[in-house]
Amino acid sequence: MPETVQLTVTRYRPEQESAPTVQTYEVPYRKDWVVLDALNYIKDRLDGTLTYRWSCRMGVCGSCGMMVNGEAKLTCATFLSHYQRGPIRVEPLTYFPIIRDLVVDITDFLHKLKQVKPWIVRREEKPLAEGLSSVRPGSGQALLGTGEYRQTPEQLELYKQFSMCINCMLCYAACPVYGLEPSFLGPAVLALAQRYNHDSRDQAATERLERCSEHDGIWQCTFVGECSKACPKNVDPAGAIQQFKLAGTLHWFQSLLLPWGTK
Amino acid sequence: MDVFSYDVLVVGGGGAGLRAAIAVAETNPRLRVAVISKVYPMRSHTVSAEGGAAAAIKPNDSLDAHAYDTISGGDWLSDQDAVEAFAREAPAEMLQLEHWGCPWSREPDGSVAVRPFGGMKVERTWFAADKTGFHMLHTLFQTSLKYEGIQRHDEWFVTRLLEDGGRCQGVVTVEVATGKVQAITAKAVILCTGGCGRVFPFTTNAAIKTGDGMALAYRAGAPLKDMEFVQYHPTGLPFTGILITEATRSEGGWMLNKDGYRYLQDYDLGKPEPKPVLRSMELGPRDRLSQAFVKEQEKGRTLQGPYGDYVHLDIRHLGEKLIDKKLPFVRELCLKYQNLDPVKEMIPVRPVVHYMMGGIHTDIQGATPLGGLYAAGEAACVSINGANRLGSNSLTELLVFGARAGRAAAAFAATQKEPGPGVLAQATDEQRRLEQHFLRQTSGAPAGGAGTERVAALRDEMQRSMEASAGIYRTGAQLEKAAGELRRLQERYGALRLDDTSLTFNTELLAALELGFMLDVAETIVASALGRRESRGSHQRTDHPERDDKGFLSHSLASRAADGAPRIKYLPVTITRWPPGQRVYGK
Amino acid sequence: MTTGPAYTSHHPRWYRRRVSVWWWLESWRYAKFVLRELTSLAVAFFAVLALFKIRAIAAGPEAYARFLERLQNPVFLLLNGVAFLFVLYHAITWFNLAPKAMTIRVRGVRVPDWAIQAGNYLAWLVVSAMAVWVLRRG
Repeated sequence: MPETVQLTVTRYRPEQESAPTVQTYEVPYRKDWVVLDALNYIKDRLDGTLTYRWSCRMGVCGSCGMMVNGEAKLTCATFLSHYQRGPIRVEPLTYFPIIRDLVVDITDFLHKLKQVKPWIVRREEKPLAEGLSSVRPGSGQALLGTGEYRQTPEQLELYKQFSMCINCMLCYAACPVYGLEPSFLGPAVLALAQRYNHDSRDQAATERLERCSEHDGIWQCTFVGECSKACPKNVDPAGAIQQFKLAGTLHWFQSLLLPWGTK
Repeated sequence: MDVFSYDVLVVGGGGAGLRAAIAVAETNPRLRVAVISKVYPMRSHTVSAEGGAAAAIKPNDSLDAHAYDTISGGDWLSDQDAVEAFAREAPAEMLQLEHWGCPWSREPDGSVAVRPFGGMKVERTWFAADKTGFHMLHTLFQTSLKYEGIQRHDEWFVTRLLEDGGRCQGVVTVEVATGKVQAITAKAVILCTGGCGRVFPFTTNAAIKTGDGMALAYRAGAPLKDMEFVQYHPTGLPFTGILITEATRSEGGWMLNKDGYRYLQDYDLGKPEPKPVLRSMELGPRDRLSQAFVKEQEKGRTLQGPYGDYVHLDIRHLGEKLIDKKLPFVRELCLKYQNLDPVKEMIPVRPVVHYMMGGIHTDIQGATPLGGLYAAGEAACVSINGANRLGSNSLTELLVFGARAGRAAAAFAATQKEPGPGVLAQATDEQRRLEQHFLRQTSGAPAGGAGTERVAALRDEMQRSMEASAGIYRTGAQLEKAAGELRRLQERYGALRLDDTSLTFNTELLAALELGFMLDVAETIVASALGRRESRGSHQRTDHPERDDKGFLSHSLASRAADGAPRIKYLPVTITRWPPGQRVYGK
Repeated sequence: MTTGPAYTSHHPRWYRRRVSVWWWLESWRYAKFVLRELTSLAVAFFAVLALFKIRAIAAGPEAYARFLERLQNPVFLLLNGVAFLFVLYHAITWFNLAPKAMTIRVRGVRVPDWAIQAGNYLAWLVVSAMAVWVLRRG
């Protein structure tokens, strides 16, 4: 393995320039180093002005998403040794506005997330007290009677995959529809909507379907499928959206043929 | 400068912060509440927690049992009234989170499942697969979105607290994306900023765990409690600090020194057996394992790597099938983040700092001695964890004390008047300090200034000093040395030079501010450790190896003196029903 | 004093990259996707052709014979050939992607993707076999 490798990094300093530029750095080439380690090396030793987001270094916080050689990746999970030769191109996530260097603005995602009501909606809440008897210490009484919403492992399985989303935005960076139609709700938002739709404790699937059937929702997706390929957590947002389309279509037929029967 | 104003301001958007904000919104929907966080809330370090959250729910369990396990695990330094309240409220809080949608793992009949966890004599740890913290955080974050009253300031960095007349009145912050200094006044402030593992070089903690809230409170005059108690986890990867779970050892992994020898048998932890035996050898208590590592290190029997000393955790003999079935996450972590396959290679491990038992001193409602200032979560020290935290208690702590602090702050804020304009002078001062000291924006001064010190260099030195002197084993002499080193680092901090003097998303500036916080917090850790001339829980003094209940059944309180250095006082531990006993490893 | 952050979603200094008209040439995967979408033209072509065929049949055996002769034209043969390949690509990609939209669970266990794909191909084979049998009989 060679001693060093070159990284070509996007720079954008809005106070100095009106468009992004590129800067090349030489970093040590270590077997256990990921692209993020190289960026940290640059910032600590070579150039303190290089700006990027990171936190957990173990692929669960979702901060460090960037384009590496044109592919959306978590830089904490992308080994330098994966790229036989440099220079390795590091760019900010595609289709997002660039704030600075490798930092993009994701407020659009948060704004859209809220619109699909990503929380448990119930017509009637089960009171907490119902499940918690007043327990005397050492009584040996079961402390949770009927308090929790029963949910079998099979029911949990129905939405578990969609709940693994770390909000890293790689799916948006891989989705050409999001690039061409910025109003598109997007893969992660729709996957999270499905996460709640399939949660046995939730009762707002129809409400979410109505919202997501609008012009910027599921029907804008043309099943490119790149989102699921980019997803580092196997959430399969593409699958979530296609299932949503099927459910939406069936619901439409149902409401047409049995207008009194739908909830 | 813009000025914003709320009734309750929560600093930190992790588990405790979000729970507190929701508690405020539910207690009094008319209150204006905001969460301010230097990262987006779903990036908070709560997200990395894996194991589980404890709450007593089985018929063979009881609140008293949970309380007792916590107290004895904490080596009797836990405040027992707080622990009793904690154990009592834990099941309700966990149930509330279940109602909010947390995907707890279930029994076949659909009821919540619990599993055994280190130090808990009865199964009471709720879990969501092996990503409990992740699911808890995302559930709390997504649930918080349904409250219209909760405002958020994402990627706003708090640089100091505003105080007036013995009361906290708000904060000064930098809006990171624009570099704009903003003042936020509030009738009550809740600090939920997490721990400070980044003060040490080897830690499971994320980059953002820099003790911000602890330093903010300390500088505002609120004392930090029990800072000397730093919890190590015996098996973390040396470079990334990624935690290799205890399950690796409970499935039969071996810890080997550089000679390939299972060294734990030399340290009164039993003898090597073909199958793992509970509480023996590799399944011994965490602190004993960490201590054994240090002793091996002293004997020169650890391996030396580019990032420091380490030993090997060997699971190759378990075979690929078992590893994929019982330890898939371990294999995945090693492959994905360390470029190593544990089926074929030994895993390099060493003890890594994992949790801070100490923190901002609060009462059992989450209130600090400074009026209007509250704290919850790892940033706070109530104390329920005492001298040593039991695994799976801290996630529950986020909920119980996050809610308590939220309710207390809401009640307090409802009785207060709007903060006066006087505090804004402090905000202008702070703006000037940032501009002049860090960004060198005064006219005539060259950009970046004439300083000579680099953030990364000072940070590395601080971390090395802390690991050498305030690590697993401490002596008075080493701690004195560290105190001196930290004082000098504080002085050198005044001569910092930043490459980045821009205003747009200046993370070098944030790193410099975080370094300032960490230096303050590091000094309190060292001073508290110096003062406690006994060994208890995770604080081990080789020059005072015994536990001394007569002299030290108290909490250390570190307050900032006029010269900036910490002064230590003591506060007796609250004992209610369980007189101090021996911390037994239950053979 | 204000409440709530004045959010900067359209901050003037943030750089917005334009998406090029040739975005689909940037990667082989994007190009394959566009090709897949273009197969809809081939499907439309065959549908229109079928309508013309039906009209020819309705107009009588001579009209139908003339229609078939026109189809022998080399240009039409080429067009048909190319369109057929596209339709094949259309069918294969459709069958392969079907499991994404259809999640079938049997006794709580999700039917694996390959089983659904295999089912589609099997059905295709059976229908094709039946069509051949009908044509050879008549």
